[in-house]
Amino acid sequence: MKPYDMPDEKGHFGQFGGVFVAETLIEALDELRMTYEKYRHDPDFLKELHYDLKHFVGRPSPIYHAKRWSDRVGGAQIYLKREDLNHTGAHKVNNTVGQALLAKRMGKPRIIAETGAGQHGVATATISARLGLECVVYMGAEDVKRQAPNVYRMKLLGATVVPVESGSKTLKDALNEAMRDWVTNISTTFYIIGTVAGPHPYPMMVRDFNSVVGVECKSQMKEMLGRQPDVVVACVGGGSNAMGIFYPYIDLPDVRLIGVEAAGHGIETGKHAAPLTANSPIGVLHGNRTYLMQNAEGQIIETHSISAGLDYPGVGPEHAWLKDIKRAEYVAVTDTEALNAFHSLCLTEGIIPALETSHALAHAEKLAKTMKPDQVILVNLSGRGDKDINTVAKISNISL
Amino acid sequence: MSRIANTFKALKETHRKALIPYITAGDPHPDLTVSMMHALVDSGADMIELGIPFSDPMADGPTIQRASERALAHHVGLSHVFKMVKAFREKNTQTPIILMGYANPIEAIGAEAFVERAKAADVDGIITVDYPPEECMQFTKLLKEKNIDSIFLLSPTSELDRVKLIIEQASGFLYYVSLKGVTGAANIDIEQVKSKVGIIRELTDLPIGVGFGVRDAATAKEVAKISDAVVVGSRMVQEIENSNKDNLIQNISKLMKELREAVN
Ligand SMILES: Cc1ncc(COP(=O)(O)O)c(C=O)c1O
Repeated sequence: MKPYDMPDEKGHFGQFGGVFVAETLIEALDELRMTYEKYRHDPDFLKELHYDLKHFVGRPSPIYHAKRWSDRVGGAQIYLKREDLNHTGAHKVNNTVGQALLAKRMGKPRIIAETGAGQHGVATATISARLGLECVVYMGAEDVKRQAPNVYRMKLLGATVVPVESGSKTLKDALNEAMRDWVTNISTTFYIIGTVAGPHPYPMMVRDFNSVVGVECKSQMKEMLGRQPDVVVACVGGGSNAMGIFYPYIDLPDVRLIGVEAAGHGIETGKHAAPLTANSPIGVLHGNRTYLMQNAEGQIIETHSISAGLDYPGVGPEHAWLKDIKRAEYVAVTDTEALNAFHSLCLTEGIIPALETSHALAHAEKLAKTMKPDQVILVNLSGRGDKDINTVAKISNISL
Repeated sequence: MSRIANTFKALKETHRKALIPYITAGDPHPDLTVSMMHALVDSGADMIELGIPFSDPMADGPTIQRASERALAHHVGLSHVFKMVKAFREKNTQTPIILMGYANPIEAIGAEAFVERAKAADVDGIITVDYPPEECMQFTKLLKEKNIDSIFLLSPTSELDRVKLIIEQASGFLYYVSLKGVTGAANIDIEQVKSKVGIIRELTDLPIGVGFGVRDAATAKEVAKISDAVVVGSRMVQEIENSNKDNLIQNISKLMKELREAVN
């Protein structure tokens, strides 16, 4: 079989992806694409990247057999890839470290980013502080409220956090605003996009930087079990942690890949953030073509999820492609199911997962029950839940 | 020849420059758009750029974003926009209408249906902000078949090869974005625009319009000296924003006349 080698030269994954931006951004994207091509296989660049991933981020992250939780659930054995143990507490940092090193090579003194849950914003502020770069983070005003601890962390790290008041005041609007900043300050500014969305080369580049997760899993699983898992499960907002763990497994057809979207109050209520599961139409947003939650007039509709990091109406174009070619499956779990999984992991394993990650855990739980005890599910534990304790406490009517 | 080409030809014969105001369809209210369009023509507009409201106008600054939000509050979408153009055509069959918008509303109804309906409404040109030429070959072809002009943006950062690529696809006129940034961002650097427009002129006979930073009559005057058309967007929308139902037509007409005088 021909090895998987998407996207094409222009960033297309079949009909998805591409470069849908105003002419004013084309040159900046060309410059970025050429810089990335130049360095992606450059030994010095890779050496610096791997040094940072090891000594600053703390890679490799371990895989942990959640034995007590697996027993409690009953069925397959659940293993967790511990991205929550990374510096800054999520997989997001893998990508920011990579892009920041590119920014440094391009001589750009100013970094901008969009953020939903704040994890990408924190990771970007962190690496900017370390490299001595100015950092501005755009964050929906709604998210500024629900992720207050992360807002303060970014400020401690010297970043400027700009609350975005336009549109639905969430992640998609933060992305719009970051794009507007970029087009205005192109010559000085590097835009670090935090997920596998945006115009080419972002979906490919962010995937590549996160694929360290899947690459490690392959050798760690082999070492631990002498084989690969039966199923890999990851939550999908824009889809970067999922692409990171899926990508190295795409050419192993025996490994099922499952992406878990946010069903919010339930797919049937319309209040969700699950374009793949809900069979949303194809559209164009944020520089790429993908499945997109929208009304009949092509206006993007408001999404809902308990987790800010999944609250996005689109999905990275490569996931749209993997769905169409049936290489990956996509399902969704509700706010309530995610919360139950959150508490369950806290109590049985002593791990507080992010609410985003809790969606993947909730599906793993359902799936495990249908599988045999000698089968293996590997979940990307994409981040830790410290940032979410206010949200969870509020739901439980507890004031901190 | 298209209505846009005819308009440029007629203007050229009288040594005049085209003045193109931008308004967002449905801003401040869908019932007012058609009369605003007539008022702009009566006060000196040679063509009208009519914005299709979009929930995520990534290339627009706050002024035009708010215009989109006001229109969307009345649920104005493409079907209304086509109706407005049709209604406008009942009294005016001369003035070119250019729709400006983003790809998603077009793709939501489908490129073929869009072109069909644009033709039926008698639209003259389309600017799709987030369709660079590489991504819309098929759409451009459909438009061409119906004799609707595809107007493309050129930016200060466009390299020569790209300018050539865009010229190959473009018809009607070329729209030079006068600054790095979103609509309404900053003031124009006239010297810089002049030199870039000069380079583009060497490569094409298509008329060249300039927009994205024309803030007042004085700037319009300077821009008109070095281009074939001046597009006034955010400044016009600002006037709409600062008006009420009773003085709206009066205010935009006054602004339009000021611009016309400056450009003549
Ligand atoms: C811990 C964690 N997991 C997952 C996500 C969702 O993003 P993606 O789908 O790009 O992995 C986020 C986003 O903020 C996050 O913080």
